[in-house]
Amino acid sequence: MTTPHASPEDEIRCRELVELVTPYLEDALPPDERAAVERHLAGCDGCQTYLEQMRLTIRAIGHVSDEAITSRTRDEVLAIFRTWRQTRPS
Amino acid sequence: MIVAALKQGDEQAFAWLVDQHHATLVRLALRYVPDVATAEEVAQDTWLHVLRGLDRFQFRSSLKTWIAAILVNRARTRGQRERRSTPFSRAWAAALADGEPAVDPERFFGPQDPALADRWASAPRTFGPEERLLASETQGLVQQTIAGLSLAQREVITLRDIEGWSAAQVCTALGLSETNQRVLLHRARSKVRAALERYLSEQP
Repeated sequence: MTTPHASPEDEIRCRELVELVTPYLEDALPPDERAAVERHLAGCDGCQTYLEQMRLTIRAIGHVSDEAITSRTRDEVLAIFRTWRQTRPS
Repeated sequence: MIVAALKQGDEQAFAWLVDQHHATLVRLALRYVPDVATAEEVAQDTWLHVLRGLDRFQFRSSLKTWIAAILVNRARTRGQRERRSTPFSRAWAAALADGEPAVDPERFFGPQDPALADRWASAPRTFGPEERLLASETQGLVQQTIAGLSLAQREVITLRDIEGWSAAQVCTALGLSETNQRVLLHRARSKVRAALERYLSEQP
């Protein structure tokens, strides 16, 4: 990854932007790089779509279901607790 | 405070904690051990160590990350015993060093024309309706893709994007630097995105 410079020829390009998307979304870029990402996005439909795809990807991942704890397991774990409570030094 | 309640032997407080975290612990353990039954054992073993270690709990970290760190420790030991896999520190190093690009380099213009170089040659298109993105078939693909990631990437994306942990919590539980955490998350998300793009562009 190269660091963007001020002159337009050295502005970040699409291929670099796709590697900066995560630090951008995590707000972990230094201010000048963040500004360069935003300048690029403002003028690039492809990268705007890419960023949108990344946001939707994160949503889709977050939607993966969370299996609930079964009652048998719960009883087993609570039994561990009762044993611990009886045997611990007080 | 829940820790105080546990020390006093409050079963309801413990049951609440188990309901909050047990499923996550099992899922996290599955990143290291081959089957659900073993993952269950590791999770139960973790609870016992949580109880025994209550006096060592430091309020600097959240209870959740402290419990997860105990789980990861125990699951790693168990996973190594069962699979004789490469040491995990080497797995991390390999995952970080591989330098896989987020997007196939073929999709960008080559260096021939300096004005176009590294710009999209084949730009991404919108994913289309959200119903399709959240349909169970698409969800299956997301799960499959995550299952195929390297261990380190799988851990980070599971905790961050499925369990909703913060970056700092993941760094603490897995012993990662901020930068490494972010690189692993980036690679993992990029691969899921690529899989979704391929799938969603196939048919209407």
